Amino acid sequence: MTVVHEEPTAGADVPTRRIRVTVNGVTKTVELEPRVLLVHLLRQALGLTGTHMGCDTTNCGACTVLVDGRPTKSCTMLAVQADGHEVRTVEGMSTPSELHPLQEGFKEEHGLQCGFCTPGMLMSAKALLENNPDPTEDEIRWALSGNLCRCTGYQNIVKAVQWAAHKMRGEQA
Amino acid sequence: MTAVDERKIGGLGTSRKRVEDDRFIRGKGNYVDDIVLPGMLHMEILRSPVAHARIKSIDTSRAWEVPGVHLVLTGEMAATRNLAWMPTLSYDTQAVLATDKVRFQGQEVAVVVADDPYIAKDACELIDVEYEPLPALVTPEQAIAEGAPVIRDDKAGQDDNLIYTWEVGDKDGTDRAFEQADVISKLRLHYPRSHPSPIEPCGSVADFNRATGKLTVYMTTQAPHIVRAAVAMIAELPEHMIRIVAPDIGGGFGNKVPVYPGYVCSILCSILLERPVKWIEDKTGNLISTGFARDMYLDSEMALSKDGKILGVRIRADADHGAFYADAQPSKFKIGLLHSTFACYDIPNAHLMARGVYTNKAPGGVAYRCSFRVTEAMFFQERMMHAAANDLGMDQAEFRRRNLVRDDQFPYRTPFGFLLDSGQYHKCLEVGLKAIDYDNFREQQKQARARGRLLGLGISTMTEPLGAGNSREFDILGIKMFDSAELRVHPTGKALLRIGSKTQGQGHETTFAQIVSHELGIPADDIVVEHGDTDTAPFGMGTYASRSTPVAGAATAMVARKIRAKARAIAAHLLEASEEDVEWELGRFYLRSSPERGVTIQECAMAAYGNMPDGMEPGLEHHAYYDPPNMTWPFAVYIATVEVDPETGVWDVLKVVAVDDCGVRINPMIVEGQIMGGLTEAYAMSSMQFQTYDAEGNCIGSNYMDYLLPSAWETPGFELHSEVVTPSPHHPIGAKGIGECAAVGGPAAFVNAVMDAISHTGVRNIDMPLLPDRVWEALNQRRDVSGAPPVRAED
Repeated sequence: MTVVHEEPTAGADVPTRRIRVTVNGVTKTVELEPRVLLVHLLRQALGLTGTHMGCDTTNCGACTVLVDGRPTKSCTMLAVQADGHEVRTVEGMSTPSELHPLQEGFKEEHGLQCGFCTPGMLMSAKALLENNPDPTEDEIRWALSGNLCRCTGYQNIVKAVQWAAHKMRGEQA
Repeated sequence: MTAVDERKIGGLGTSRKRVEDDRFIRGKGNYVDDIVLPGMLHMEILRSPVAHARIKSIDTSRAWEVPGVHLVLTGEMAATRNLAWMPTLSYDTQAVLATDKVRFQGQEVAVVVADDPYIAKDACELIDVEYEPLPALVTPEQAIAEGAPVIRDDKAGQDDNLIYTWEVGDKDGTDRAFEQADVISKLRLHYPRSHPSPIEPCGSVADFNRATGKLTVYMTTQAPHIVRAAVAMIAELPEHMIRIVAPDIGGGFGNKVPVYPGYVCSILCSILLERPVKWIEDKTGNLISTGFARDMYLDSEMALSKDGKILGVRIRADADHGAFYADAQPSKFKIGLLHSTFACYDIPNAHLMARGVYTNKAPGGVAYRCSFRVTEAMFFQERMMHAAANDLGMDQAEFRRRNLVRDDQFPYRTPFGFLLDSGQYHKCLEVGLKAIDYDNFREQQKQARARGRLLGLGISTMTEPLGAGNSREFDILGIKMFDSAELRVHPTGKALLRIGSKTQGQGHETTFAQIVSHELGIPADDIVVEHGDTDTAPFGMGTYASRSTPVAGAATAMVARKIRAKARAIAAHLLEASEEDVEWELGRFYLRSSPERGVTIQECAMAAYGNMPDGMEPGLEHHAYYDPPNMTWPFAVYIATVEVDPETGVWDVLKVVAVDDCGVRINPMIVEGQIMGGLTEAYAMSSMQFQTYDAEGNCIGSNYMDYLLPSAWETPGFELHSEVVTPSPHHPIGAKGIGECAAVGGPAAFVNAVMDAISHTGVRNIDMPLLPDRVWEALNQRRDVSGAPPVRAED
């Protein structure tokens, strides 16, 4: 599948780059200006608006996606840096019939309110549980410390991650 | 005995899981920045780099030359449409785009509309503005000093920087109380400027359609109908041709109530270009130009008898409003509800004097999880209580016990004229003290002190008026502060509820259905809740000041009761009885004489469309507008314990206990979420989160590297208590507001705890936030530490 980034450039002579990036398991070829941020590639060119833009300065974590499995703030990564890499976003977490346990956990434990930070939280939490299936509360809090939430006070987010960890380990939640 | 079990249908008091979550956890929310319209262009704002300067010239020619630029708009061009200035919700004016002067750093000077935001940003940098600097005024003291430059020289007759003076209470009675006092306690503090800073900044997509004449604006607003009225007045467009849509909102906390220049510019640009124009603010733009809160200087005295009774309080307040008096403050009181201070204590005499002042800082002043300055009111109250107890040599809990309003005093009229509706203040306090193990902690504290460890405990007990308003005391643009609900029950018994308020995360789509379930017995899952679109929602005043449950929630109960009244007539018809012989149980009408004969609400719904009594208008739908007779007065006790490191001034939270009596809880899970969120913001304000300015008027706190918000790592855990429930006597379902309580009452608990830990120093006050260096200074220099701007060079 080829996606051409159609936004006009700042001048006809501005060079563009062609990159191949795998997003949620689908490989796409995209032509874009080298200065385009990864978050804009995802949101505008690919229409994956689940990844949000909060602070522009790598602080709030609303734009967190997984690049080759590592949580990465897509507002401070150029899209061209993703060339040849694998990106996962919140849209890739669930199937039409099944939610990821983290998604279930966030709903069960009231781990979200306005929902704006939630996709980034989910991605950071996903990376944590993939590396550490039985984290302590401190490990959860530390893993999520790059993701700011203004609504919940985090206590229920911690519970949501614990809920998911239980379920993923096959224990009774 | 009821037809349905309320707990099984998601009714009142059930922790129903949120219906909103299903889209948010999948990344399928629909926030303003997610909206893409055909032919849409992008707008960026050029902001002033300086705080106060005359504009000598603006040259946009280089910006126009950038390929992909469609419009470069300046104040001069906006003036030709009479839109260089706009009215504020506080009956002042505010520049949309600066023409004569810039009056704060970050003020909007010009906008560029281009094919994409990258191009628009490039072109903004090519606009040449020549500024002639003027002295910047960053405190009320500077602004009212003799000879200070007049910031608002645009206003005829304004020859100084004073906006208003306002007073309330009994001055003579208070003076007499002070003459009789055994002890007079004094305190002065600055409540720092804070920004609500939702993670999602502000933005809009304006779409003017020349063919239909209709303007549709998708925007981050907590109050869509107010915006529609304001746009009709500002832009002189007919109100019926304006549609404001607030889609999902990524947090508001008061920041998204006012009408900002960015919104107005996107509308004007769409009208000029006849294409959709999107504006998405960046974080710095949000932090340095949109509605802040607090920034108030409080100075007061308390008259006390030696047995610990408060005889009177005298308060002086100076509010720094920034360059325009643009707070979204709908009360008839100039200083908002500041005079709710000390409301929970039985005090015979009180007097308050307040001034509002212009400075060269961003405009605003009341937003942020706060009913119009109750946060300052309750913080100051509890800091003063703490200082007064120490001055009396009295235990903090005992001092509060001696002064809290007793259960038998309700309804209680405060010396400032508010009427407290209900409460069990003493019971809440005792629950809190038990939960923190008060007596034991005091003993531990003594032992720790002997070993050089600094433990502290802080209490904050408070009530606040929530749910603006009543039509006597509140209006916006002349529109009274009621709220509304419209309910349609479909033939199969499913229902659509539309409300005039608008969630920004509070979960209205979940909880408002629960109110209908409680009234009608229709399962909550069978009710869809819509809001935020002015073309479909009934006229409402929006969501802020914890007013949704007290006002729109009441309207929802009332509209459901209207539906039930009509359904009763239908039931009587179906049962071939008179209405007087029909009884209601949840979900079903039945014959008093033979209870086994009945009809469900769903059967009544079908009959409303197919088998109604002769002469009855078909259908089962209604609307209700609710004008509350009073505010609701939730009560809370927040107690924190901390340990201060004497070597570094760093303090850690040991435990936080919250006892909230917010009346009947519609959804306990959501109520607890609100309390924990509020406590976190309270912790943030007390420990790290603030904005200040240097002497040139540069904003310190313009991005998340300077404006610190606590993450999961810093934020403490919370222990919540819900055992005290005092229903509001005047609210249809007995509910009170809860969204703000913990953010309002929480900060004093943390600050009092730190002050308690360092009580041996004799220091009376450290201004928030209690940064380690400030605590260290207090510990080592044994003096009060002010946090007021301008920021000191060594900071």
